[in-house]
Amino acid sequence: MDALNKLEAQSVYILREAYRNFKNLCMLWSIGKDSTVLLWLARKAFFGHVPIPLVHIDTHYKIPEMIQYRDKLAREWKLNMIYGENTEAIKNKLTFPDGNADRLTCCRSLKSEALKNTLSGEWIRYRLNHKTGQYQPDENKEPYSGVIVGVRADEEGSRSKERYFSPRDRYNEWNIGDQPPEFWNQFKTDFAPGTHLRIHPLLDWTELNIWEYIDREHIPITSLYFDQGKGVRYRSLGCYPCTCPVQSTAKNTKEIIEELKTGKFSNIAERAGRAQDKEDSGGLETLRREGYM
Amino acid sequence: MSREQMNIVIVGHVDHGKSTVIGRLLSDTNSLPEGKLEQVKATCARNAKPFEYAFLLDALKDERSQGITIDIARCFFKTAKRDYIILDAPGHIEFLKNMVTGASRAEAAILVIDAKEGIRENTKRHGLLISMIGIKQVIVLVNKMDLMEYSRDVFESFVRDYGKFLSELNVTPLCYIPVSAFYGDNLVSRSPHMPWYEGPDMLSQLDVLTNKEIPVKLPFRFPVQDIYKFTEEGDDRRILAGTVETGEIHVNDEVLFLPSRKKSRIQSIELFNAPVFERAQAGQAIGFTVTTQLYIPPGEMMVKVSENRLPKISCRFKANVFWVGNTPMIKDKVYKLKVATARVPVKLAEIVRVVDAADLSAMVSQQVVNRHDVATCIFETLKPIAYDLGQDIEGTSRFVIVDHYEIAGGGVILESLEVQETDLERHVKDREYRWDRGYVSREERKIAYSHCGKFILFTGLDKDDRTKVLAKTLERKLFDSGCKAYYLGFENLETGLDADQNYAQDSREEKIRRLGELGRILTDSGQIFVTTMPDLDDYDIGNLKKLISPYEAFVVNVGTSSFQEFKSDLNISKADDPREAINRVCKLLKEKEIIFEYSI
Repeated sequence: MDALNKLEAQSVYILREAYRNFKNLCMLWSIGKDSTVLLWLARKAFFGHVPIPLVHIDTHYKIPEMIQYRDKLAREWKLNMIYGENTEAIKNKLTFPDGNADRLTCCRSLKSEALKNTLSGEWIRYRLNHKTGQYQPDENKEPYSGVIVGVRADEEGSRSKERYFSPRDRYNEWNIGDQPPEFWNQFKTDFAPGTHLRIHPLLDWTELNIWEYIDREHIPITSLYFDQGKGVRYRSLGCYPCTCPVQSTAKNTKEIIEELKTGKFSNIAERAGRAQDKEDSGGLETLRREGYM
Repeated sequence: MSREQMNIVIVGHVDHGKSTVIGRLLSDTNSLPEGKLEQVKATCARNAKPFEYAFLLDALKDERSQGITIDIARCFFKTAKRDYIILDAPGHIEFLKNMVTGASRAEAAILVIDAKEGIRENTKRHGLLISMIGIKQVIVLVNKMDLMEYSRDVFESFVRDYGKFLSELNVTPLCYIPVSAFYGDNLVSRSPHMPWYEGPDMLSQLDVLTNKEIPVKLPFRFPVQDIYKFTEEGDDRRILAGTVETGEIHVNDEVLFLPSRKKSRIQSIELFNAPVFERAQAGQAIGFTVTTQLYIPPGEMMVKVSENRLPKISCRFKANVFWVGNTPMIKDKVYKLKVATARVPVKLAEIVRVVDAADLSAMVSQQVVNRHDVATCIFETLKPIAYDLGQDIEGTSRFVIVDHYEIAGGGVILESLEVQETDLERHVKDREYRWDRGYVSREERKIAYSHCGKFILFTGLDKDDRTKVLAKTLERKLFDSGCKAYYLGFENLETGLDADQNYAQDSREEKIRRLGELGRILTDSGQIFVTTMPDLDDYDIGNLKKLISPYEAFVVNVGTSSFQEFKSDLNISKADDPREAINRVCKLLKEKEIIFEYSI
């Protein structure tokens, strides 16, 4: 077994543990490469099916191709697709692009707040009706007690401390100092009422592993990651006002792998194009404690 | 082809320099993201703190303020040979569970000792745990040699003292390396300060470590993680999903499921987006379909009939455990045991000894296992489980113990033991001994009611309403003919008598226990108690029968049976006419003299 096979087997095992132990389980799909790999791994774990609803938080500032790609794949793979949003903040223009909030506050409001309330079922969830092809309010308002997330330990410091199964209390808080033990392949799969768990099947994957796997499995990935002839591509996807493309002529997965291995990105952090990380030294950590992915 | 990866854990007493070793290693192998080193140096300068390599790792704010590693951090670096993930485990005793978390998924351990401070409690404790967790490759770094003038004598006395301790644990380190992490001596290249040292530097030593081979040669073990039947798009496969722990298997091989002892044969090997395979082997997260319609719960272990080294099956075993729970492990409390994919209630039966980590002496008189203790104990599960012994197969001999939602301990099974008398048998014996009886005898009730008190259970694999309808029809018929019959669906218990119970998923044993106790009471009152509970296996019915003793159960199976060897009093097939079926039940009740001829 090579390294990718081992990573795949471990992630599949974790997904199956999650599915076995949580009644109200969902998977966050940011449309990016990592959570798309996660979605693919779910198809592996469940033999072509995805018996878990996929939740996307739509800030309405996502690059338009992301939403098109999301809905295309959702239809093709018959996904149970859900999205949530911070309707109030968007309506009242309390955002960074509207000039009414700084980047961190905007992230907190459009992503963390929206996520928290979408997961708890307190805010409206929209669900894709495969018959009409349209989204409609979801009748299910039950909170999700298990949330599968595609974070990787190599992304930055605070993510490197995550567990595969990581509890959050009823306020969504992450107690980094007192995390549950994980011995061998036994994880925290019991949880008190009112708490929920974040599940991280991709923790041990690196950015390079992700691309190697996309290449090996031919996973359809949004074209934003590839140079379309203008000499730029996205390395990490987010909202267009805060995400910059990088200078690169990589046009396919093979070229991206080559670039990561030997090229100019081999020593530059992946999230370098994300402006909100830079606002204070622990910016992302502050966001993550509050529930940011 | 992706590159080889290896997980390495770095352990040792607090402040002995683990994070510095890694920080230095990352920095000297150019594994840091561009600008990271400068950024941390600038932060230090701004806060008027001397720069330390450890700050690179302790990326979280509250760690920087306390200056100790709270959790495990993963760091990635690579050499020409392979990619490494270094798990930085905290050395502070409070965070022992984090250290074990890191160590339990590592291939090798680097143990760091401070040359100036010497061997401390956690240096020993970590050595002990590493041996218990099963890490075979250990490198010992004697750090801060700069503070000891790079003295050969100091280094050699460590090799002697710690080597003696480790050998008592059956741990033989691959090597001892004298280093100064702060100055980078002997980390990525040989140091000019210690010409007397002739061994390898740390980095070269890492590259000669070997990843564990995939255990395909061991007997086949497949702990069933779950059973899927996704019916979308006309999929009719019933797939046993899980990860092959050891060995290999082929399509058409005959298989045995434990502890239920059900047998079947492999029909197909299932994998998504892959060619058709005829063989599955250790390490693969995979699925199987079998040739017969087989009903087993997740947690059973699938093995090959043709292999004679079968797992052990018992309710009692001896194991080494380490305890990290906030409250001590005590006897007679019900915990949850997770071994491979099985989950069963378990009790601590006996503490054989608690090991003092400092000198490995045994404390035999301890009555509880405290937080951070390492102990040898005897456990009893409430239901038989299938497992292997630590010396034979790792994956199916390791377990964790869950106490009130939290993993509170971990361990390795050493020995399978026979049960003299189960916990339940002891309980029932004790209960009957203490039973406070009224002035009305069983015989008097029988004459007054014209029938015996009886526990009648309708069961079967199918969870449809048919079983319940039959049970209720029987109640009606018995009642109409003058019997004191009472029907109670087991769900009624959950919303009533058991409403205070926050039933977790694996509390079936507890439900059965409560139903059995209630059955004992109602039967004793002289009534005919009719109830249903689907999907019982031989152990469940055995437990129910014990619980209602001194009375006996009357078991009616409806449709497909969920029993392996247990014989029901009566079988009703799906095709049978319900009225006819109930008549058969009544006829048998008469034959057994539970109800009398004239009553119906």
